[in-house]
Amino acid sequence: MSVLILEQTLNGLQFGLMLFLLAAGLTLVFGIMDLINLAHGSLYMIGAYLVAAVAQATGSFALAALAAVVGTAAIGVLLEVAVLRRLYTRDHLSQVLATFALLLICNEVVRLIFGSQPVMLSLPPALAGPVQLLPGFSYPAFRLAVIGVGLAVALLLYVLVARTRMGMWVRAGASNREMAAAMGVDVKLLFTAVFGIGAALCALAGAMLGPILAVQVGMGESILILAFVVIVIGGIGSIRGALVGALLVGMVDTVGRAFLPMLLRSFLSPAVASGVGPALASIAIYVLMAAVLFWRPQGLFPARG
Amino acid sequence: MRNRLAIGLLLLLLAFPLAAKHWDQLFYVSFASRILIYALAASSLNLILGYGGMVSFGHAAFLGIGAYTVAILMEEGVSSGWIAWPLAVVMSALFALVIGAVSLRTRGVYFIMITLAFAQMVYYLFISLRAYGGEDGLNLAGRSHLGFGLDLTGDLTFYYIVLAIAVACLYLMQRLLNARFGQVLQAIRDNETRMEAVGFPTYRYKLISFALAGGAAGLAGALLANQNGFVSPNLLQWTQSGTLMVMVIMGGVGYLLGGALGAAVFLVLEEALSAYTLHWQLGLGLALLAIVLYARQGLAGLFAGPSAGRRWTGG
Repeated sequence: MSVLILEQTLNGLQFGLMLFLLAAGLTLVFGIMDLINLAHGSLYMIGAYLVAAVAQATGSFALAALAAVVGTAAIGVLLEVAVLRRLYTRDHLSQVLATFALLLICNEVVRLIFGSQPVMLSLPPALAGPVQLLPGFSYPAFRLAVIGVGLAVALLLYVLVARTRMGMWVRAGASNREMAAAMGVDVKLLFTAVFGIGAALCALAGAMLGPILAVQVGMGESILILAFVVIVIGGIGSIRGALVGALLVGMVDTVGRAFLPMLLRSFLSPAVASGVGPALASIAIYVLMAAVLFWRPQGLFPARG
Repeated sequence: MRNRLAIGLLLLLLAFPLAAKHWDQLFYVSFASRILIYALAASSLNLILGYGGMVSFGHAAFLGIGAYTVAILMEEGVSSGWIAWPLAVVMSALFALVIGAVSLRTRGVYFIMITLAFAQMVYYLFISLRAYGGEDGLNLAGRSHLGFGLDLTGDLTFYYIVLAIAVACLYLMQRLLNARFGQVLQAIRDNETRMEAVGFPTYRYKLISFALAGGAAGLAGALLANQNGFVSPNLLQWTQSGTLMVMVIMGGVGYLLGGALGAAVFLVLEEALSAYTLHWQLGLGLALLAIVLYARQGLAGLFAGPSAGRRWTGG
């Protein structure tokens, strides 16, 4: 039992960290540029497909991940310059419509190139086996690597945002865009850079989750909504909020999925419990978000004072 | 002028199935019913989004609740439309009342997100209903029975019923918007603080319109379940809410026929493009992008000139 708890906690941590990679970019774009980007999940999908394609061509997972991160960042910058830049001054409704259109376009282009069948992305051989963490408890090496990468990126982002000049501009932009521009921050360039970084983080998440989940068209949609939930819980524009929110959501989702059916089985029939349990776990995330919004409408760590 | 246009359109819609039948193209009658149903759903969203300024990102939930009400009742042996359809409206309106009561305490982006959260809850609720198909959905035994010799299994009869309901709802919506209630609602959209200061219970006005829109979407859902002969949680997915929103924005936010126009253009585009290529979503996406970048007030805005309707400014 304790092994199961340990395993599920690690799973939750791993999922939460990956959600953080997605949410970090989303919250900055949302907080600084005030842009609702429904196409953020598409960048994650593009990243995962790039990893799969390059890994197949070269046989090296590390090379593929690197290529995907660079490639997706380039695509993100291109999107920002070509389309999204025109949307910053527009209302949220137009942004929803435009980025929804981008989402459709990305899905179809990916389907045109790779077909509708899910693409297989195999684990890098060096990390394919399990690792014995404690006597009697082993855990997949790749998942451990995912946790490691997630923690490293979280730390790196923290340093970038809290300790560097660019990070200062980003924080200034998130708390008051006009004032930051008035004080001499090149907001236009900053936006493009932030968008590129967000896209790179998406690709990294795609590379890490690709071998665990399926690489397919539409993979971005379901996770996008979770990323939105994360940033709303954490407070829009706050990296710290995104981290806390992501870990909360990752834990609630994973732990709920593992233990709710078990818990329900003690007073419901097994068939009903296995049906209701996962759904309840999924609902729990949204209940969490609704509760946070109800009591702290600005999220847990509001970026704007 | 406007009245003449509306009557002309109505005559066209009345004559359409007869023409389709004459040239033996009954498929298009069923397709037109689908457009009318989505026109009703999109118009109900337009009521709160366009006239009330409430950007709800969870409208598919009410559509789905209406559809599932009809399907579940039919599964339990109640096939009368006179029971199922009003109940679908009531259920959706009740859900909207509860969801709205919580959501309307938030503003702007947070309102968008909390309505989305509630819609997702309802989505997973229906997935968990194993007894009614769970993730796979539920086939309806047939269409609802209305009596009076009306046989809904005929596409022609069904079309006219849908047309009557859609027109009646739009007429009611127009009357409502021109009545005191609608005027107050639009004033709240334009300046809520002011309306509050003048002494209007703005929260209550918004909540009632939210519930009304939910009920109308439920009716559309009931019709949709009949049209498709099938319900599934896919009806409630967030992309469905997105689609409804896209229809409204594309047609024209805050124009009476904006929702209907958007639904028609969206579905016709989808149908035409999918006949031409498997990758119709690409064309649809490009068309949407063009509309949002170059037709800032939606398609209705192109016809109505700059002063009519309203440009959305808040968020």
